[in-house]
Amino acid sequence: MNKEELILRLKPIVDTYAQDKAAMENLNDHTDFIKDLHINSANLVDLVLDIEEQFDIEIDNTSMEKMLTIGAAIEIIQEKINTNDR
Amino acid sequence: MKTTEILEKLPYSHPFHFVDELLSIDENGVTGTYTFSKDLDFYKGHFKDHPVTPGVILTETMAQIGMVCLGIYLLGELDANTSGHVMLTSTAIDFTKPVFPGEKVTVISEKVYFRFKKLHCKVEMQNQAGEIVCKGTLSGMVTTRLHG
Repeated sequence: MNKEELILRLKPIVDTYAQDKAAMENLNDHTDFIKDLHINSANLVDLVLDIEEQFDIEIDNTSMEKMLTIGAAIEIIQEKINTNDR
Repeated sequence: MKTTEILEKLPYSHPFHFVDELLSIDENGVTGTYTFSKDLDFYKGHFKDHPVTPGVILTETMAQIGMVCLGIYLLGELDANTSGHVMLTSTAIDFTKPVFPGEKVTVISEKVYFRFKKLHCKVEMQNQAGEIVCKGTLSGMVTTRLHG
């Protein structure tokens, strides 16, 4: 899966939980889930559970702690998909 | 962790303590009871001359038994040295029957998931006739500190 396709599938999941719709419009690698999109920690967990389902991957605690920005999320998803394919 | 230990760890006291007894608890869920004393202060105003237990208090009772007790238990299973707190993060409850002063209720909670410290439960409350008075879902973050 290329990055564009991944973002296309990730965006609607993020949109469900994003409180700041203006930041959602300007989504980029540096967009911070908590600081920019104003997603609380409880909804961030649901977002990650949705990501697991959408991409058929499992996010461990270490990856969860790193998943603070869109860019970090994309990196982790790509890494997990590649591990699955191996 | 024994049920008596869990009850001792609860961070509540009168007039905001809504757990009497835990009938059973394991990693999948919890069942507990509470009797609403006729003397509880909110009955004076909810409603004037017609006391009925407020929905928020029913929700709180479900949360204290169904989420906080379970959260303390689950965190205790992970790490016996820390004591857990649960910060309520969302509720979706339907109310079907009134609960009057003096009624004893039973709360039955079933864990849907406990991941990344978020506990999500399906919870229902029954009256003494076994009728469902309210049910829905609750979630909260299990933390080691009282203020998240």
